Amino acid sequence: MAALEIAKTVDAKGLSCPMPIVKTAQAIKEIPSGALIEVLSTDKGSTRDFAAWARSTGNEIVEQSDEGGVYRFVLRKK
Amino acid sequence: MTQTIEHPVDIAGRGVDQVVAEPAAAPASAAEQPATHDVLIICYSGELEKTWAAMILASTSAAMGVKTRVFVTFWGLQTFVKDSRRITGKNWMQRMMSFMQRPGVSHRKLSKMNFFGMGPWMMGSLAKKYNVASPKELLEVAQVMGVEFIPCQMTMDMFGLTKDDLIEGMGEPVGAATVIGLMAEGSAPLFI
Repeated sequence: MAALEIAKTVDAKGLSCPMPIVKTAQAIKEIPSGALIEVLSTDKGSTRDFAAWARSTGNEIVEQSDEGGVYRFVLRKK
Repeated sequence: MTQTIEHPVDIAGRGVDQVVAEPAAAPASAAEQPATHDVLIICYSGELEKTWAAMILASTSAAMGVKTRVFVTFWGLQTFVKDSRRITGKNWMQRMMSFMQRPGVSHRKLSKMNFFGMGPWMMGSLAKKYNVASPKELLEVAQVMGVEFIPCQMTMDMFGLTKDDLIEGMGEPVGAATVIGLMAEGSAPLFI
């Protein structure tokens, strides 16, 4: 797979709910529409929470993986 | 930083983002996407654990792109007095009340297991250990994210609180009619 062009990375590893979502919401304001943001989180609720967040805000989850307890999301800004 | 809201009850701009973004795009995903309403949290309790829950929900709601207001009333208003204020009020009874329960977001007590401050201290230690943001941190982030905190005028009068006693960035004080009005217009209410 071609490497995606990540505009910004949010390292929310170690943070508990709701900070991974809150930090992502703040960071995504700094990138233009259509750009990609990468989020790293260790909060076990992340998979469902980011799905809900994407649904509610209209941002799109482009990639999602669980790398040994670190959840990685790549989101495209609406 | 926090913007001062001149008209906290003016909902003219409500949901503009959603309205602009929602239609046309893709009918399939539009069907999946639930209609986003405003959220109105009535922050009534001044207890630590409920304050915490209110701040988590307020900051998350704003992060979800939902227009979020928090009406702070009764014991909840004590949370929004500056941490540095020790005694508030004009008459002896109001001053006595603030003496009995120190105001400010950093001085909340648990409803159960308070044990003269040992419970809250343990909660604080556990929160640090598990990287849970404190109510104060969540309150600050909620303000930055545009959550409107609206004080109850009646509670301010009853406790003898002035705008200057409250933290920066609070909205104009309003009454119950405004709260019910927002609910009647479709804000999802949460009473905490």
